[in-house]
Amino acid sequence: MEALIHEVYPVASADYTSAGHASADIKKKLKMLGVGGDVLRRVAVASYEVELNLVIHSQGGHLDLNVFPDRVELVSEDVGPGIPDLSLAMREGWSTANEEARSLGFGAGMGLPNMKRNADEFDIQSEVGKGTVIRMGFRLA
Amino acid sequence: MTIGDMVDILKARVLLGEDKLDTPVYTACCSDLMSDVLAFVDEKTVLITGLTNPHVIRTSEMLDLKCLVFARGKVPSDDILESAEEQGLVVITTKATAFSACGMLYEKGLRGVPVPLEWDKEGKEGA
Ligand SMILES: Nc1ncnc2c1ncn2[C@@H]1O[C@H](COP(=O)(O)OP(=O)(O)OP(=O)(O)O)[C@@H](O)[C@H]1O
Ligand SMILES: [Mg+2]
Repeated sequence: MEALIHEVYPVASADYTSAGHASADIKKKLKMLGVGGDVLRRVAVASYEVELNLVIHSQGGHLDLNVFPDRVELVSEDVGPGIPDLSLAMREGWSTANEEARSLGFGAGMGLPNMKRNADEFDIQSEVGKGTVIRMGFRLA
Repeated sequence: MTIGDMVDILKARVLLGEDKLDTPVYTACCSDLMSDVLAFVDEKTVLITGLTNPHVIRTSEMLDLKCLVFARGKVPSDDILESAEEQGLVVITTKATAFSACGMLYEKGLRGVPVPLEWDKEGKEGA
């Protein structure tokens, strides 16, 4: 199926000033398409979490938005450093966020569990030295 | 309870949204951890926080929050207030600490956001 919207947002490592702008734009675009309520909130929360993880933990990457008539897809892909232990990373409360990120209110270790809870489909692949790919799907009612 | 009632209870100062003080408040959440806020807060909730950085405003935007309460008399910088204003947020600041602000509101009947049931299970596993 052809995407109604296909958008690629580059996300730079440690760029706290722009962090969250991609998610704000994604939310705006979906709203304009008439997506609202629970799905919009779930996409917004998951995209914010995944975007902030790119800023805080990755060496840079991009967040892609694909909108199909019946579903929204978010794909985050980065160039490293990768996650050594995925089951640990998925656990609520586990975080390796640095002081700077913590001082801004990040590092609760809730981002990945939040994404999983909010997305209808969630897949994470990671390889140390290569990077992390996260795919999330959201059904449109 | 309305936002205006909260202003009275907390002896707060209204920084933004003077015209929206009759907005009803259903639940509250007090946290400085953005992911905790993102985990279980919805648009009917007031966020009480000690953080005044732009990420608090962006988190509020993601959740369509209506009202932010800054504790310990904190006032965000003008550019942060500007983006809050664009979102139509009501922003108030109280001299009370976060703990005391929560206590005062709780005493007057305001309650926390319910934590989803499924978490009880997860919590036990983790413990
Ligand atoms: N894109 C990524 N690249 C490398 N490591 C990552 C990436 N995303 C997450 N991680 C690792 O997984 C851990 C858990 O991520 P999660 O988003 O759940 O929590 P957090 O970002 O540390 O804190 P919070 O999201 O609550 O602010 C991170 O601390 C980090 O070690
Ligand atoms: Mg995170």
